[in-house]
Amino acid sequence: MTNHWIDIKNSDAILIMGSNAAEHHPIAFKWIMKAKERGAALMHVDPKFSRTSARCDFHVPLRSGTDIAFLGGMIRYIFETGSWFREYVLNYTNAAFVLSKGFGFSDGLFTGYDPDARRYDKRSWSFERDPSGAPMRDETLQNPRCVLNVIRRHFERYTLDRVSDTTGVSKRDLVRVYETFCATGRPDKAGTILYALGWTQHTVGVQNIRSAAILQLLLGNIGVSGGGINALRGEPNVQGSTDHALLYDSIPGYHKAPLASWQTLAEYHKANTPVSLVEGSVNWWQNRPKYVTSLLKAWYGDSATPENDFCYGLLPKLADGEDYSYMYIMDRVFNGQMRGGFIMGVNPMNSFPNTHKMRAALDNLDWLVVTEIHNSETSDNWRRPGADPSKIKTEVFLLPSAHRIEKEGTISNSGRWLQWFDKAVEPEGEALSFGNFWVPFINLMRKMYEEEGGACPEQLLKMRWYEKFDASDIARRINGQFEADCEVNGKKYRKGQQVPMFTALKADGSTSSLNWLYAGSWTEEDGNKSKRRDPSQTPMQANIGIFPNWSWCWPQNRRILYNRASVDLNGRPWDPSRAVIEWKDGKWVGDTPDGAQPPMAESGVKPFIMTTDGTGLLFATAPADGPLPEHYEPAETPIKEHPFSSQLSSPCYKYHKSAYDKMAEPADPAFPYVLTTYSLTEHWCGGGETRAVPNLLEAEPQLYVELSHELAREKGIENGDGVIVESPRGAVEAIAMVTIRIRPFEVMGRTVHLIGMPFAYGWTTPGCGDSTNRLTIGACDPNTTIPELKACSVNIRKAARLTEIA
Amino acid sequence: MPKAFLIDTTRCTACRGCQIACKEWHDLPANATKQRGSHQNPPDLNPYNLKVVRFHEHLDDQGRVMWNFFPDQCRHCVKPICVTMANKAVPGSMIKDPKTGAVLVTEKCREMDEAGVKTVIKSCPYNIPRWDAEKKMLVKCDMCIDRVQAGLPPMCVKTCPTGTMAFGERDEMLALAKKRLAEAQKRFPKARVLDVPEVSVFFVLAEEPEHYHEYASFG
Repeated sequence: MTNHWIDIKNSDAILIMGSNAAEHHPIAFKWIMKAKERGAALMHVDPKFSRTSARCDFHVPLRSGTDIAFLGGMIRYIFETGSWFREYVLNYTNAAFVLSKGFGFSDGLFTGYDPDARRYDKRSWSFERDPSGAPMRDETLQNPRCVLNVIRRHFERYTLDRVSDTTGVSKRDLVRVYETFCATGRPDKAGTILYALGWTQHTVGVQNIRSAAILQLLLGNIGVSGGGINALRGEPNVQGSTDHALLYDSIPGYHKAPLASWQTLAEYHKANTPVSLVEGSVNWWQNRPKYVTSLLKAWYGDSATPENDFCYGLLPKLADGEDYSYMYIMDRVFNGQMRGGFIMGVNPMNSFPNTHKMRAALDNLDWLVVTEIHNSETSDNWRRPGADPSKIKTEVFLLPSAHRIEKEGTISNSGRWLQWFDKAVEPEGEALSFGNFWVPFINLMRKMYEEEGGACPEQLLKMRWYEKFDASDIARRINGQFEADCEVNGKKYRKGQQVPMFTALKADGSTSSLNWLYAGSWTEEDGNKSKRRDPSQTPMQANIGIFPNWSWCWPQNRRILYNRASVDLNGRPWDPSRAVIEWKDGKWVGDTPDGAQPPMAESGVKPFIMTTDGTGLLFATAPADGPLPEHYEPAETPIKEHPFSSQLSSPCYKYHKSAYDKMAEPADPAFPYVLTTYSLTEHWCGGGETRAVPNLLEAEPQLYVELSHELAREKGIENGDGVIVESPRGAVEAIAMVTIRIRPFEVMGRTVHLIGMPFAYGWTTPGCGDSTNRLTIGACDPNTTIPELKACSVNIRKAARLTEIA
Repeated sequence: MPKAFLIDTTRCTACRGCQIACKEWHDLPANATKQRGSHQNPPDLNPYNLKVVRFHEHLDDQGRVMWNFFPDQCRHCVKPICVTMANKAVPGSMIKDPKTGAVLVTEKCREMDEAGVKTVIKSCPYNIPRWDAEKKMLVKCDMCIDRVQAGLPPMCVKTCPTGTMAFGERDEMLALAKKRLAEAQKRFPKARVLDVPEVSVFFVLAEEPEHYHEYASFG
């Protein structure tokens, strides 16, 4: 989240899209209800009418996978109606930057596309530069190649007719959302966008969110209270695990994982430390070497010295261009390229797409370690329905894992708040928390290396490791510590003491920190701030619900990111009635500002401190699939063509080729319907845990498929009937839930039906049904490799008899 | 001063926290249920579910989807017919607690014969009481009388995250219902509060009670 949960109450218009907030964030939904009480407009754009829609002012059904067409139409509407916030856009975004002559876009493709590699050469996605090397700006916004005009032209094709034809949303509904949301493009209004997996789980997931970024920048809604782009994270601690680099492509604190082509720390820094030639750009990532060095120092301690590159050489290096995400790991397992492994905190044999492939893949392993609170579809894959256990060689070790309430530590919520939780009860039996398992396990390996030697011993033996796991100790190290006696702002610190903030981190080895973002969370001065529960606040903070002394949030306890964009060039809030910060008597008051420098008119400092050139990125070169969003159909689509270009699907999406990776043709008559998948309130994710809770299973006992009355009539299906849903990858039994909450779409002159299924059921719970993901597709976003779980092509028919559901 | 509930269905998200919390506080086991083409599960009140969230959907006169949620429970009537009928069958088998206004089943209920049980069940205009054959008792919402006597709100109210449910002095709840009704009427011209003043549970609905539940209203 750019903002935080409480701040949603300050919004005038809430667009919930790609999220089912009421069902998946039932407690936090109260802040949305508070906004409604204040008179905010609540809009839900989603394929099905859900419990969220029931509480919104209106629900707009959208064909799954057409969000960019919908949002592109809104961007066009902003220009058409002049709803954009001129002063904000001109000063705080790269709207005035002039693009180089080599950049272009034609028939669905940007310049630099290589069809064989399915990749872009991004060199032409660049700005004209002046002799100093700084990007050229045209403050009059007249240059046809300035970003604003390029965007305006790019989205000219997104007319109401085309958008309506593609999305299946009526023109009346389109205008209703556009009008309501774009009314926030004024200084005294704020609109927020709430999204979740409904946006990320597409082959164009990153570009869905980029569309939101463009919208919110044009409307001046980033940095302000009641605004922002707010990813609703879940109880699995998505925020914390992302911050701490759960994924392969980064190391803690949003630094790239080392590549084979960056063999030395200098090479790593050169490739990853941006240089800005724009005056007034803070370019915060220029500090990256301090954070990476402090991270290495935290990992390798006294072994890490300037002379040995702080042990950078010991880190594993990814092969350039290789994908090590779970989808690719599972493909390697499928192809027999891996012999064993650990699966922790996930139940892939239920939750990963194209599950038949996943289940077959796991049979290829010699050994597998699963840590779980009890048996799951993954731990017991070898005895799944239809499998012959005597023919499966995998030796599976199921290690009992402690439950969330059986351990202490921190969770980072969606608003980046770090909150400590205590242990409620001791783990049952031999169950261990992750930390209590992992720390001794590494110690055992270290001992074996010491005694027996082996490949790459230094990686483990030089590590600064722990005798035993202690959550508090780890939390202190995440904050960071001095590795030598130091002085910060005139205050002396001894070696071993806590660093007060990330500005104290150094690139010379005198500091360590397991994650620079969390520096300041546990200090000498204030102790463990994740335990703070003090509701005190200034009247200005109270006005918008900021509680600076309640827990702590990264970065620097800043509750609303990019808050320097909430004020005009002189530091006066755009909207004094919900001021986030204000320049008063020579200092900032309110939230922690994005830097203490005086306002932009005085200091020249631009508000977007994390981007290289200090501006919000209307045009962004980081995405692999284009600097601007463009509508492409899902990898499996019910239509053969769309009106935006002849490029039917994303030119860059990733996929695998195997006998199991079958795909339907566009508009395939064998699979004419769109399937979208989701979780539900009563079960947690894939349901592995909650299906074992009788009271929750009582409320949602069995797998169902929601479909319209129209489709049900066409297929002779009655409410409550057993049905079979089929995709090219598998067949799944479900109970039909025939409902007015799903309606047929009129798309490109014909009727397209969509059906929806939860993925919370698996065969280890008898009679409840088995994995919905046996239907879903392994086509992935080219940036994140997140699979397209939200859209694939299927068929549905009435079942003669049921075997999975009883 | 008797107590009362407010249930403002225009705020309900049917998270069913109340339904589950009720079971857990009363230590009631789960029923073996099946998916029957509805999210409403268990399908009805039963000895193990003293509170059930009902789901009802229809298209309004403008073709818009209306999906209504109705957290159903005993209304703790001001003049409970069930208590009258029960006491005719077995004196003292049901009472209305004068302090809280809670309508409660007592141990004496075990002496009731089948005819008495049937009469009591049939008498309830809201179709609330159920017969627990195992315990040989009439069962229904008890207002979490143990909690209320200890100064705590009923478990369903405590659990509600959206402000749908409130509990307190009857006067306060009546005032709150009036306020919530005024708010709801801005968006739903047909909004209403059900069956005041006969009940102690004030349901705020967005439209006619038949779009919620057959027994939503006595009137």
